[in-house]
Amino acid sequence: MRILVCISNVPDTTTKVKFSTDQKSFDDGGVQWIINPWDELALTRAMELKEDASNPVSNVTVVTVGPASAEPTLRKALAIGADDAIRVDAVSSDAYFVAAQLAAVAGSSDFGIILCGIESSDYNGSSVGGMISEIMGIPSVSAVSGLKLEGEEVVITRDIDGGKEELSVPALFVGVVQKGIAKEPRIAAMRGIMMARKKPLRVVPAADAESYTSFKEFAMPEPKAPCKMVEADNVKELVNLLQNEAKVL
Amino acid sequence: MSVLVYTENWDGKFKKLSYELLSYAKSVATLVGGDVNALSIGQVDQDELSSLGNYGASLVLSADGTPSGLDNQVYTAIIAAAMDKVGARILIMAHNNSGKALAPRLSVRLKAGLAAGVTAVPESVNPLVVSKKVFSGKAKGMVEILTEKAVLTLSQNSFEINETAGTASVESFDSGVDLAAAATTIKDVQKQEGKLLLTDADVVISGGRGMKSGDNWAPIEDLATVLGGATACSRPVSDEGWRPHDEHTGQTGKIIAPNLYMAFGISGAIQHLAGVSSSKCIVAVNTDKDAPIFESADYGIVGDALKVLPELISEIKTVKAQ
Repeated sequence: MRILVCISNVPDTTTKVKFSTDQKSFDDGGVQWIINPWDELALTRAMELKEDASNPVSNVTVVTVGPASAEPTLRKALAIGADDAIRVDAVSSDAYFVAAQLAAVAGSSDFGIILCGIESSDYNGSSVGGMISEIMGIPSVSAVSGLKLEGEEVVITRDIDGGKEELSVPALFVGVVQKGIAKEPRIAAMRGIMMARKKPLRVVPAADAESYTSFKEFAMPEPKAPCKMVEADNVKELVNLLQNEAKVL
Repeated sequence: MSVLVYTENWDGKFKKLSYELLSYAKSVATLVGGDVNALSIGQVDQDELSSLGNYGASLVLSADGTPSGLDNQVYTAIIAAAMDKVGARILIMAHNNSGKALAPRLSVRLKAGLAAGVTAVPESVNPLVVSKKVFSGKAKGMVEILTEKAVLTLSQNSFEINETAGTASVESFDSGVDLAAAATTIKDVQKQEGKLLLTDADVVISGGRGMKSGDNWAPIEDLATVLGGATACSRPVSDEGWRPHDEHTGQTGKIIAPNLYMAFGISGAIQHLAGVSSSKCIVAVNTDKDAPIFESADYGIVGDALKVLPELISEIKTVKAQ
């Protein structure tokens, strides 16, 4: 069985967010790019599944949609352990466009499992995984916090309000994963980094697809009023403020 | 231009979130000039269904012949059929587990642009432009929907509930969807009954590394009990195993927006703030006066959480008793 992990190339989560002077686009000057944190967890779990010899996983492929500048992020994924990488040569315009590209890649080979993170830390769309599954007409499971193989059967743990559900799903499907799927993201070792340079990274042209949405403008949130400080020995005053000023008690 | 709201139920009951969605839908429908239709999937009794009329629904479709387990393909087909039936152009869902699972599929199925996690009514109707948070709350973006239909998922606790004296007609809805076509099979469900969900709580009391040990959590729980709230924690706390992972709030954990969020011994790393910054009022107690949490907090105390907590509990108890 082959696993495809979809990777979004996102600004480091500690990035100070800035926009162009016309406020119409993200200003990526000086930004460090990383594998989207949830995608990194998905990749980590895919590697764990492959390394466990009792599983029939033969190969883990990573894919991203982006210009050549996204390749270092794919190399990072190869260094973590993916066998090969695909870059769809396109600038992502919206979630549907990206999903259409990824669905084209996913459908072009015999993958059994497609994994996506539950959202990307930049535009917080929570959209691409579900969209891929609908475009391909295959099952999807969201909020996946556990995934194991029992022979060819895929057993998934999904978070529900106030608990968890265990379910089985036939391959081929899209798993939209969140925290819990892997204990912590795997860090590339020196050996992995050396090997990543030689692993195949294929560039494919974009498929024809439209966009359903477009960001018109961005804005920073209004600055918050400064924090009102209360002395540690004056808890009474804090309670008074919460009750009579903030009116939250 | 009518609106359809998917009103999820929990064991046959609606909750605050359902009414928040309807109130939001009513505002959207007023703006675009149309009615609010609600769709319920699964067994819900008649009184509960007609109660949706109090929050703006004029018609409630009840797809009651449906298994309760969420199969994304089956639910997508039912909701798409309901969109057709009422001729709606805007679909509104919650930005929660089920909304995140279904909205993207419906966006593709309906050829409808999806704005996920919106926080306010549209800025304009023609074209439809809606604001949403981006970069985990560090900024907001205006999304223009380029398609004729739209799917909007609403961030929880971002819209005021508005009760009206309306009535809704309730209709049984047969979507014609083959329920046996579900690809997923639910094998086991584990649920904590009766526990207040972190994402539903109006008050959240949270602890970080400054609590020093998992054994020191009693006052956090006590304060949550006194205020009728839920407990949460920062990521290092759940990573250390002091608290369960489902209490982790932050970028990769739960995103919450209660009325009152109290952070004890949490320094306020940017990833933590991404999960709590939408709270209406934030109180921080930390020994480090330069901790970043104070930049996001409304009220702060520089001090030891373990010393402040007992005093705070007793003072709140006194005030509550009055």
